Amino acid sequence: MLNSAKDQPTLISLEDVQKWYGAFHALKSISLSVRKGEKIVLCGPSGSGKSTLIRCINALETIEEGKIVVEGQVLDGSTKSVDAIRREVGMVFQSFNLFPHMTVLQNCTLAPMRVRGTSRTDAERLARKYLERVRILDQAEKYPAQLSGGQQQRVAIARALCMEPKVMLFDEPTSALDPEMVKEVLDTMIGLARDGMTMICVTHEMGFARQVADRVIFMASGEIVEEAEPEVFFKSPKHERTKTFLGEILAHH
Amino acid sequence: MGPIGENEFFFLMQGLKWTVLLAIVGFIGGGIFGILIALLRTSKKKVARTITAGYIGVFQGTPLLMQLFVVYYGVALLGVEVNAGIAVAIAFTLHASAFLGEIWRGSIEAVPKGQTEAANALGLHYVSRMKDVILPQALKISLPATIGFLVQLIKGTSLAAIVGFIELTRAGQIISNQTYRPLLVFGIVAAIYFIICWPLSHAGSGLEKRMAKAAR
Repeated sequence: MLNSAKDQPTLISLEDVQKWYGAFHALKSISLSVRKGEKIVLCGPSGSGKSTLIRCINALETIEEGKIVVEGQVLDGSTKSVDAIRREVGMVFQSFNLFPHMTVLQNCTLAPMRVRGTSRTDAERLARKYLERVRILDQAEKYPAQLSGGQQQRVAIARALCMEPKVMLFDEPTSALDPEMVKEVLDTMIGLARDGMTMICVTHEMGFARQVADRVIFMASGEIVEEAEPEVFFKSPKHERTKTFLGEILAHH
Repeated sequence: MGPIGENEFFFLMQGLKWTVLLAIVGFIGGGIFGILIALLRTSKKKVARTITAGYIGVFQGTPLLMQLFVVYYGVALLGVEVNAGIAVAIAFTLHASAFLGEIWRGSIEAVPKGQTEAANALGLHYVSRMKDVILPQALKISLPATIGFLVQLIKGTSLAAIVGFIELTRAGQIISNQTYRPLLVFGIVAAIYFIICWPLSHAGSGLEKRMAKAAR
């Protein structure tokens, strides 16, 4: 734990969230609350619903039942609530999803200019600040295809930060990377965590979880199975499924 | 048999001018409406999708010549006095909008879904998402097919000769009737079409190969 988030107000709360894909029950009555400054690592086997869960928070997926509140804004499916929430929530994807026809700088300035109405000068200043922070400012005029995977993911982080979000969601940000590039992205995320960003990370990087997380949440079959501080989570997992999962994942490290 | 001299050649060039103009008007007009069709065809609204699917179906399922006739005589039926040029321009615009709309629908759908998701996650609205993110990528994907259609459109303008619009083919007919040398005249006319269309086709397939290579 880097800093105590215990006394901070709640930023995100999910109450009894249910989601189906047709007959498949993807999220089963998920309740979760995240305080300002908290760093949460979500892990679990593939298909357990962890990505779906964070994608519901910024309305990339709709939910069938339950309630999601971000910064006091209830996500009710209206355009207004979706807009309000997306302004506060940044997201980083497994496959980066940078805009390939735009330079790194343009990738970063688009949303501030279009969504917040920031002038080009100010948007570029903002973009340079965050590109500097992810240590990639020297590539600002290049196109995404000219960068390595690790560099692209760092640009994607900077792009999200340019909207100055209150929360960052990470959806397996290092899973598509070659092993030698994982560290540069994790270091960037650790830096972000140190600066007090509220983060929810879907990742299997257990080293990262140990170092940064306030809580580790283990999901399986659409349910939250176990949730604990990293020390407790790794040393003495309670549930059998958590033990099996940890056994499998730590065997590779 | 009469000679084919400077005057005849000049007349053909006048015809060529109208062929090119008609193709340009059809392509630009069809392009503007075609984007609209493509956007409606990919919208979330089922009504919009169904109507545009019907529109595209009608134009893809009937011969261009029939479309020309229907517009040519249909406009007259409305009691509006228009010359052949305007009628064929309208017909070609409608025709091109349906085909380009369908080509671009496919290209919009070929842009990876992650692009829309990233744009959504950043809070971009529909207009910006389309204009800044999706359409530039879709148009690039569509370029070979779009150029291919342009070539079809240029050749298709020859059908306008049938409703009396004096473009290149009609000009050729007139010269041929005056000189009684149809083979020579239509040979020249064909060569002119070829000189315009072949480089375009070539550029289109070159582009396609380059893009296929880049995608590998």
